[in-house]
Amino acid sequence: MTVSTIVSWAVVIGGLLLLLKPMGTYMYKVFTFQPTLLDRPLKPLENLIFRIIHVTRDSDMTAWEYGVSFVLTNMVWALMAYTLLRVQGALPFNPEHFSNVNAGLAFNTSASFTTNTNWQAYSGENTMSYFSQFAVLEFLQFVTPASGGAVGLAFIRGVSGRKLGNFFVDLTLLLTRVLLPLALIFGVAFVAAGVPDTLAPYLHLHTLAGQTQIVPRGPIAGWEAIEHLGQNGGGFTNANSANPLENPSAMTNVLQSIAMGLVPVAFFYMFGLFSGKKRLAWTLIAVAGTLFLAMLAMIYFPEAAGNPIINALGLHGHGNYVGTELQQGMGGTSIFETSTMSFTTGSVASAHDSFLPIPGLAVFLGMFLNMVFGGKGVGLMNMLMFVILTIFLMGLMVGRTPEFLGKKIEAKEVSLTAIAFLLHPLLILAGSALAVSTSAGMAGVFNAGPQGLSEILYGFTSGAANNGSAFGGLGASLPFYEVAIGITMIIGRYASVVVMLLVGESLLQKKAVPETSGTMRTDTPLFWGILLGSVVVLNALTFFPIMALGPLAEHYLLVAHHLFS
Amino acid sequence: MATSAVEHQPAKRPSRMGEMARDTILKLNPRIMVHNPVMFVVEVGTVITLWLTATANTGPSREYDGLVTIILILTLLFATFAEAYAESRGRAQADSLRQSRAGARARALKDGGAWEWVEGAALRRGMRVQIEAGDTVPGDGVVAEGVGAMDESAITGESASVIKSPGDSVTGGTVLLSDHLVVEITADPGQTFLDRMIALVEGAERQKTPNEIALSALLGVLTLIFVMVVVTLGPIAHYYGPHVVNTTTLVALLVCLIPTTIGALLSAIGIAGMNRVAKINVVAKSGRAVEVCGDIDTLILDKTGTITIGNRMATEFLPVPGVSPEELAEVSWIASTADTTPEGRSVVELAQRILHRAEMAAPSGEPVPFSANTRMSGIDLADGRRLRKGAVDAIISMVNSPPAELRNNAERVARDGGTPLAVAVDGRALGIIRLKDIVKTGLKERFAEFRAMGIRTVMATGDNRITAEVIAAEAGVDDVLAEVNPEGKLALIQKEQAEGKLVAMTGDGTNDAPALAQADVGLAMGVGTMAAKEAGNMVDLDSNPTKLLDVVEVGKQLLITRGALTTFSISNDIAKYFAIVPAMFAAVPILHGLSALNIMGLKTPQGAILSALIFNALIIPALIPFAVRGVKYRPQSADRLLLRNIFNWGVLGVIIPFVGIWGIDHVLGLFGLA
Repeated sequence: MTVSTIVSWAVVIGGLLLLLKPMGTYMYKVFTFQPTLLDRPLKPLENLIFRIIHVTRDSDMTAWEYGVSFVLTNMVWALMAYTLLRVQGALPFNPEHFSNVNAGLAFNTSASFTTNTNWQAYSGENTMSYFSQFAVLEFLQFVTPASGGAVGLAFIRGVSGRKLGNFFVDLTLLLTRVLLPLALIFGVAFVAAGVPDTLAPYLHLHTLAGQTQIVPRGPIAGWEAIEHLGQNGGGFTNANSANPLENPSAMTNVLQSIAMGLVPVAFFYMFGLFSGKKRLAWTLIAVAGTLFLAMLAMIYFPEAAGNPIINALGLHGHGNYVGTELQQGMGGTSIFETSTMSFTTGSVASAHDSFLPIPGLAVFLGMFLNMVFGGKGVGLMNMLMFVILTIFLMGLMVGRTPEFLGKKIEAKEVSLTAIAFLLHPLLILAGSALAVSTSAGMAGVFNAGPQGLSEILYGFTSGAANNGSAFGGLGASLPFYEVAIGITMIIGRYASVVVMLLVGESLLQKKAVPETSGTMRTDTPLFWGILLGSVVVLNALTFFPIMALGPLAEHYLLVAHHLFS
Repeated sequence: MATSAVEHQPAKRPSRMGEMARDTILKLNPRIMVHNPVMFVVEVGTVITLWLTATANTGPSREYDGLVTIILILTLLFATFAEAYAESRGRAQADSLRQSRAGARARALKDGGAWEWVEGAALRRGMRVQIEAGDTVPGDGVVAEGVGAMDESAITGESASVIKSPGDSVTGGTVLLSDHLVVEITADPGQTFLDRMIALVEGAERQKTPNEIALSALLGVLTLIFVMVVVTLGPIAHYYGPHVVNTTTLVALLVCLIPTTIGALLSAIGIAGMNRVAKINVVAKSGRAVEVCGDIDTLILDKTGTITIGNRMATEFLPVPGVSPEELAEVSWIASTADTTPEGRSVVELAQRILHRAEMAAPSGEPVPFSANTRMSGIDLADGRRLRKGAVDAIISMVNSPPAELRNNAERVARDGGTPLAVAVDGRALGIIRLKDIVKTGLKERFAEFRAMGIRTVMATGDNRITAEVIAAEAGVDDVLAEVNPEGKLALIQKEQAEGKLVAMTGDGTNDAPALAQADVGLAMGVGTMAAKEAGNMVDLDSNPTKLLDVVEVGKQLLITRGALTTFSISNDIAKYFAIVPAMFAAVPILHGLSALNIMGLKTPQGAILSALIFNALIIPALIPFAVRGVKYRPQSADRLLLRNIFNWGVLGVIIPFVGIWGIDHVLGLFGLA
């Protein structure tokens, strides 16, 4: 391990650990309407917004109202985005004169950016006008993560025994108090670090070899800030954060990693403040943190050890650099990729397709679990979904009806939670099965052997997890995948979230049971172990067969020095 | 009870086995099976493999499909057997209960005092029946006229007879030993306690409890997930070629993965739980009531009879100056010879210990019984001495110049929570007898266990504060409420419930009824009034209030057993994956590397799949004893309990199938099947 590896890991992990408490406390104050520093400049603006949309800070909604507001608002945004992309040729800020986006791609892209997936079946620099980039896609990168965070907030309030709140109030405050101020700070930092931010046309440069090279640029720094702060992950350009104009230095690399994790991790701490169970929050942070470190190790060590087939040729000692952005090195790449898969951002600083099988398995893991901090609020909801399932399964063994935060978990909660758990693998498995059994699906497979299957699995997993990163090598711009993955993203985003919101409300309506020494404790090292174990076992039981057919099969072929022509 | 019933009737044994075998088969009916989604999926899988066996093209594939089908049928039979076995144990228990009532006829009273014979089944609520000595009480009721001794051993197992007088409740199946009674029937046929108990232990009226419903729902969704995993695995594996996976193997994988262990044993656990309650002679009105016991936060216990043995006991003689303890003992003994109350007997026993004598010449004289007016009792001896023992102030008012020591000792005894009795001969006070409440043995340890489990014990008593607090400290209860009347008890329950706690209490009197009804678990005493029995959700036929603690343990054990077998079932799946996944793709060259996952070193792919499936089937009967008897339970804190059970059922649940499948594979190897 080089010094730069250690430093980049330490900065990201240490930075997140240092920031989670102040950030979580600040957000707790904002969402319990306590005074904060930003009140003076922002409150008048927020009051104006609330007056226009006819809500007040205390107009609480039911889970159903909250969920419907969330879904309908998102639908309006998707429709708007679809329309604007379809007519981008007629809109301003289009110096490269890109034509209208075709229907399939416009559907896929608007679904993708509205669901905070940011799967890109296109390359930005060759498809999107500046207007589409900043007014359509960047707009969505602000509002959709905010709307996901709002649902997470409502869920936290419900399980903490508080009223759920108002969707529009939460959405507004997440934008004005969290995302916009942070985006401003990070945007300026990225500009200072050399990321371009301009509306001028692409550069046409004459290279030393005497040829002309087109260098795409645009309003990139602002995009990078919200792309990562909102766990969006759609690159301004196709290469995403592997493009030196998006991620020019080791500093921007760690800054982007921190930006991804900042709000999701703070959500965990904020949950502790809302519920009054800080030790539980730390236990959950420890569980997610353990999985984060496991993924980091699974990505870094095999990659650093290199490809065994190449090593056998005597060329060892350099690691598997295929598809890796060399300037970030193995250490910078591994921490960025672990972050992007944990926080479900989906921006990439390397080609996941070129990873060795075990690191490939690790990036799958992040999306299967979808709760290694995850997207803001939504990741926490997934974590709490596992907490509820674990408490129900294991909690019976203490001889009491299982309780979560003092509320009994009974048939309604456990059924809804189990259904929320079921949806994620259902989307992945059913989508992949459909793709493999149809010629339309198989037409997009460009690689032989297990890798080809992994690419299909990855596409649906990324869509279901609202991650948005891709295993290259899949013809994602084929109509089949544009539609199938688009639908996967939509169901993956809304169905389980709304189901969990109903769980939160159902728990809210229950009478609280006092905690005694007969209550199963959820803030102990023992619970850390149990939760970690049941998360791993439940996911392994669901995904082991397809992982055996994909990355594991490939791993054993690699060990056997099998080559594909 | 269950075993004794069988021993008494060796002739009936084959029919019990036959019944069990018949039920085991009948329960395979898909219409019954569909209520258990886990096992229903197995049944559907069996039909598929059976069809595949019938239509197989080649010999080896027919043999494989056939073997899988046989194992699946065995899995189903083990599951239905588990339920039939639990039910049959209950039925044995029910039969012995039913016997006590067999052929009960009743003398039904008609208007005007005449009576006629009617069948027990024809009795209705409100009818009056006459019961003569030797008759079996035909149904539950309340004594309207007469006093008589009742043998309740058929219901309680307690051989001592019980005196019943007007207002007392009588239970169907008990036998009147003396005199005759008129009883007003209070329950229609089928609604008596005996009927309810029979229905519950037989499982006939079994309704799923809330936790069972929740667990079934979760098992249903888990099954759905595994159906989804296996059904999509076929098409996804098509990526490697059209005939990569064999349908029979997919069915085998599915059956191995779905939680068949807990699915097969879930209802047996519930039935056996009710049996355990019935075995300790408690009639629960529903399974739900037993389950709630596991969640109890607060136990409200009476003092007298519950925490202390029913009566006070003499523990010390405190003579006044100038009187020897022996003299005081001697006089107390003589004064108590005619006193047959437990208190009086305890005075005699204490005197015997102090005087080292077991016998004494019967004093000649006229006994003076206790009366509420004089508040003393004693004997007027033939020699003219008047020996008295009784309330301190009553004795003081009868003696001349009582010594200060008498009063001081009396106050000291009262301060220590005891009751002082003064003893006097004619006008001379001799001293004080200390009467004390005696805490039942072993209770203190039990309360400590309950504290560890997070259950708070509260003693509620009508006694004065001092007495109550002394006993509370001695018994180690967490809280004490003195000078409380039944309304106070009700208020206490409501207060605890307002804090979200679940409360259990015992009671026997009519004035306890509102509190019994309000409590989440109300255990009424069998000797109690009908109102109390109707208000509670459980009745203890032995009328032992301490039984509440046993019922709480049964409730907890019920939940723990479900949790343990669920955890075990899911933990088992890991080993099954390692057996089946490498085996199922062994025929695909490009997936050959997956054989590295065969860490158990199973010899052939077919043997691996059969071994996993056989293990999956055999684990069901292997765990029937745990399901029926309940997982071992020791009262301790939730964390320690969890740690132990996680190890026993979670960690070992991962390891055991690796060993088991490996072992079965070796056995199959001996028969050339692996």
